[in-house]
Amino acid sequence: MSLVSEIDYGTPASRSTDMVTLTIDGREVTVAAGTSIMRASMEAGIQVPKLCATDMVDAFGSCRLCLIEVEGRNGTPASCTTPVAAGIVVHTQTERLKQIRKGVMELYISDHPLDCLTCAANGDCELQDMAGAVGLRDVRYGYDGENHVKARSAVGEVNAQWMPKDESNPYFTYDPSKCIVCSRCVRACEEVQGTFALTIEGRGFDSRVSPGAHEAFLESECVSCGACVQACPTATLTEKSVIQIGQPEHSLVTTCAYCGVGCSFKAEMRGQELVRMVPWKDGQANRGHSCVKGRFAYGYASHKDRILNPMIRDKISDPWREVTWEEAFAHVASEFRRIQYQYGRESIGGITSSRCTNEETYLVQKLIRAGFGNNNVDTCARVCHSPTGYGLGQAFGTSAGTQNFDSVEHTDVVIVIGANPTDGHPVFGSRLKKRLRQGAKLIVIDPRRIDLVRSPHIEASCHLPLKPGTNVAVLTALAHVIVTEGLFDERFIRERCDWSEFEDWAAFVSEPQHSPEETEKFTGVTAEDLRGAARLYAKGGNGAIYYGLGVTEHSQGSTTVMAIANLAMATGNIGRPGVGVNPLRGQNNVQGSCDMGSFPHELPGYRHISDDATRETFEKLWGVTLNNEPGLRIPNMLDAAVEGTFKGIYIQGEDILQSDPDTKHVSAGLAAMECVVVHDLFLNETANYAHVFLPGSTFLEKDGTFTNAERRINRVRKVMTPKNGYADWEVTQKMAQAMGLKWAYSHPSEIMDEIAATTPSFAGVSYAYLEEKGSVQWPCNEKFPNGSPIMHVDGFVRGKGKFIRTEYVATDERTGPRFPLLLTTGRILSQYNVGAQTRRTENVVWHEEDRLEIHPHDAEQRGIKDGDWVKLASRAGDTTLRALITDRVAPGVVYTTFHHPTTQANVITTDFSDWATNCPEYKVTAVQISPSNGPTEWQQEYEELSRKSRRIVGKLEAAE
Amino acid sequence: MNIRAVAVDEATRVSEIVESCRHLEGPLLPVLHKVQEEFGFVAESAKQIIAKALNLSRADVHGVVTFYHDFRDHPAGRHRLKLCRAEACQSMGCESLAEQIKAKLGVDWHGTTSDGAITLEPVFCLGLCAQAPAAMLDGDVYARLDEDCLGDILTEARR
Repeated sequence: MSLVSEIDYGTPASRSTDMVTLTIDGREVTVAAGTSIMRASMEAGIQVPKLCATDMVDAFGSCRLCLIEVEGRNGTPASCTTPVAAGIVVHTQTERLKQIRKGVMELYISDHPLDCLTCAANGDCELQDMAGAVGLRDVRYGYDGENHVKARSAVGEVNAQWMPKDESNPYFTYDPSKCIVCSRCVRACEEVQGTFALTIEGRGFDSRVSPGAHEAFLESECVSCGACVQACPTATLTEKSVIQIGQPEHSLVTTCAYCGVGCSFKAEMRGQELVRMVPWKDGQANRGHSCVKGRFAYGYASHKDRILNPMIRDKISDPWREVTWEEAFAHVASEFRRIQYQYGRESIGGITSSRCTNEETYLVQKLIRAGFGNNNVDTCARVCHSPTGYGLGQAFGTSAGTQNFDSVEHTDVVIVIGANPTDGHPVFGSRLKKRLRQGAKLIVIDPRRIDLVRSPHIEASCHLPLKPGTNVAVLTALAHVIVTEGLFDERFIRERCDWSEFEDWAAFVSEPQHSPEETEKFTGVTAEDLRGAARLYAKGGNGAIYYGLGVTEHSQGSTTVMAIANLAMATGNIGRPGVGVNPLRGQNNVQGSCDMGSFPHELPGYRHISDDATRETFEKLWGVTLNNEPGLRIPNMLDAAVEGTFKGIYIQGEDILQSDPDTKHVSAGLAAMECVVVHDLFLNETANYAHVFLPGSTFLEKDGTFTNAERRINRVRKVMTPKNGYADWEVTQKMAQAMGLKWAYSHPSEIMDEIAATTPSFAGVSYAYLEEKGSVQWPCNEKFPNGSPIMHVDGFVRGKGKFIRTEYVATDERTGPRFPLLLTTGRILSQYNVGAQTRRTENVVWHEEDRLEIHPHDAEQRGIKDGDWVKLASRAGDTTLRALITDRVAPGVVYTTFHHPTTQANVITTDFSDWATNCPEYKVTAVQISPSNGPTEWQQEYEELSRKSRRIVGKLEAAE
Repeated sequence: MNIRAVAVDEATRVSEIVESCRHLEGPLLPVLHKVQEEFGFVAESAKQIIAKALNLSRADVHGVVTFYHDFRDHPAGRHRLKLCRAEACQSMGCESLAEQIKAKLGVDWHGTTSDGAITLEPVFCLGLCAQAPAAMLDGDVYARLDEDCLGDILTEARR
């Protein structure tokens, strides 16, 4: 094994289709018009020396090292900023160029320390490489003059030019003494990440890279995405892990296990130690970019809290007892069999994980359907995107987004609804911002003023700050404007959809009660803004809709998804690049876990369990008879547990106690069970109620695949041996074997082969295929041998696109005198979901606790000051946290995140849920806020319970 | 000019300046000029207001402000004397002139006299090479300088 090497072409690829032929160093080269001479040379295998150029950012032409000569032209132009022209003859190495380069390099080195041997970038330094490339042998200027290198002069005088190292960021350091001011970091921050947190301050010899206005990195606007560190050609910006460990010696390409963007990374290793994660430029979801989570927050994998041995206990009040794997498997098998014997076959079930691989998810649902003999399987998509699956399935015929992420590069108008991409899906957020800076228009529909509404260099054309819970009314009003003003695309609708269904829908949305003038009375969105947004989306060119949990986690989640589909169909925005309906999925493999048959009513590939032909395929292969009735959903399992008919559960990689609504109901359900098996990395909150704990493995420790939000199947590669002994798929397999199932998979590729053999949309997928192509977007089969970057190109999967009436029904969760405010929830860049992983990394420096955002007006009425403890109470319960006063939320709305277990935000949320899929209504809870002295009784009791239930025999108390 | 204490709230005034320039193409430099003209320098707080109002990052504004030596981050004396140190003026003896002035004022480059009257700054070319050495006091230029005439200018300025 060796390091996966990536060629740096120096400047970005040209998009032109015209080709140009030129001669470089005697070789004829044909490239796209507009390509730089530097890139053309590199494509021909000739590397022109360079320092300030890298292909992630536009050419800049400042380092004066990449000079070339062109026959018949004067001077020595920079090859990075000079485009190719037909017939020119270029020389990259002449006597004159050699002299100039050596002179330039000599000047660079005259203000750079000569500590190569002890430098962290030794072996990975472009400055070092270039000094070698130009043959630098001597620096004639000495080091006694003005410099940025030494803190003190030879006679001990303080050097005012010298700046100390900035180590404020937990993951990387900034050492100004090593900086050559190539501006690559500044440009990466601007062009790739779009944060504009860096600049060059001063001019001439005084030029220095400055985060913010001469601030420390941590205090600046920096979001720690790592693009600058990646761009830096020297040791100026270096990962602390590289400083600590040294340069990596081999690497493997794998997929990030955080959000649904599914970024490809090179896991750079030294032995079995992970040195750093570097985004892979060929990764088709991220195109070489990353965020603070994927790039840096992997420390949880080796955190001391990780449990590495299986554990058992009889009662949840007992301390845990460590056992061998064999004992654990035997115990689970006998308990589950006992429960089924005693309470019936339907008395146990399981939950698949959206954090685990497709193969692992497939095995868990197989274990439940074939081993438990029932369909009591569900997944955490229940609480996030189940309405997407249902709504898009109804409208288009597939339960997934229609585009790839590259599509955003062709978009003219973007609607973002109930999503906060710059925090939740940062890499997509950066790609979107890049497009917005190129001139695309943005419409944000969100109760909160998210960063996309206005942040440096981007600004939404419209922000519709609707009242939480009124999505359907707003979207139907948009449709009202599009239909009544004749902005719909009749040709598209007649061709692709059922015209009579459209007419019915058009008549419905045209009704006067759906007009913006009527809806503004209760949505809080003015008619004028709404009409403007509708016109912009319908007539602004390629229109794309991106949405998140702010759409789905409502009592009308499925209806909202259908309303979005209606809008896209009515305006003809489906089936080509730059358009479409794009759910931004939360977890790395939530798309995959849904694809793999994790829902109680569906077998892999979204085929209903009652379908005889589908069942037969699996029955033949698995040698069992499958139950043709859908099983229990998560909330039903908990209800049944409280009623006493559901007694055992196998939960792989999900913390339902923290992430599911109405915490007290969840805990009551779990407490009523006789065998709760939790399979996870950490003793999570759910494990407080568990009888068996099976240690899980991280994404670094197993082979498999994740499917991201754009349906892309990406490889996950094992870079280290599982610290707990087994990858998760092996644990499930061994459990199945203990229960008497004859499984014998020796590698996840065999599981994928079984998936491909049984599931038509995956028919063409195999590990060999993924090895060759890198990744593929399903469906991938005979009809689409190269996968499907964009869906519904020549027609909808279901045949004709279906328009569905979307009647607005206000949620039962209403504000009143006792609970006058509406609480909505979301997340923050540095933390991920329930925080089990990110809380165990240095990311806590950015967000150490959940805060309640409240408008100054509401705060003042209640006498609340910034940072005060407040009690947050709803009909379901109460909790306390500290207030953050901000006008990002409208008066009457409060907002919090749910990353920290002590906050217990879900004690507050109610058990209202989506009418079609039971997806909980997290985004709307009527609450009251009052000043408080500290944690509530429930928080204190729970804290005590957690402490007790984490005791392990023979060990000191395990820390949270 | 160089009015340091402003009657109206500083933040309001900076915002007003931004609004008055918003319609311009590339409003940042005109805004910075006006702020400096009014307050005598561009304060950190003003930079933040400008960044927010023009939808730029703090780094963006900081980069521009620090690029131009003319923008100050703290108040100057009541008068700014800029002495040209470019080639033509050097050849006509500006360096020794500079030493004399520094001694006379008791300040180094960028320093302000203890009575707050004069700030001495170097400048690189006022475009008066044919009449070197040259200097600029506040907005007015002076050419063919010698110690005497510079002394007169300073005395005049101090009155």
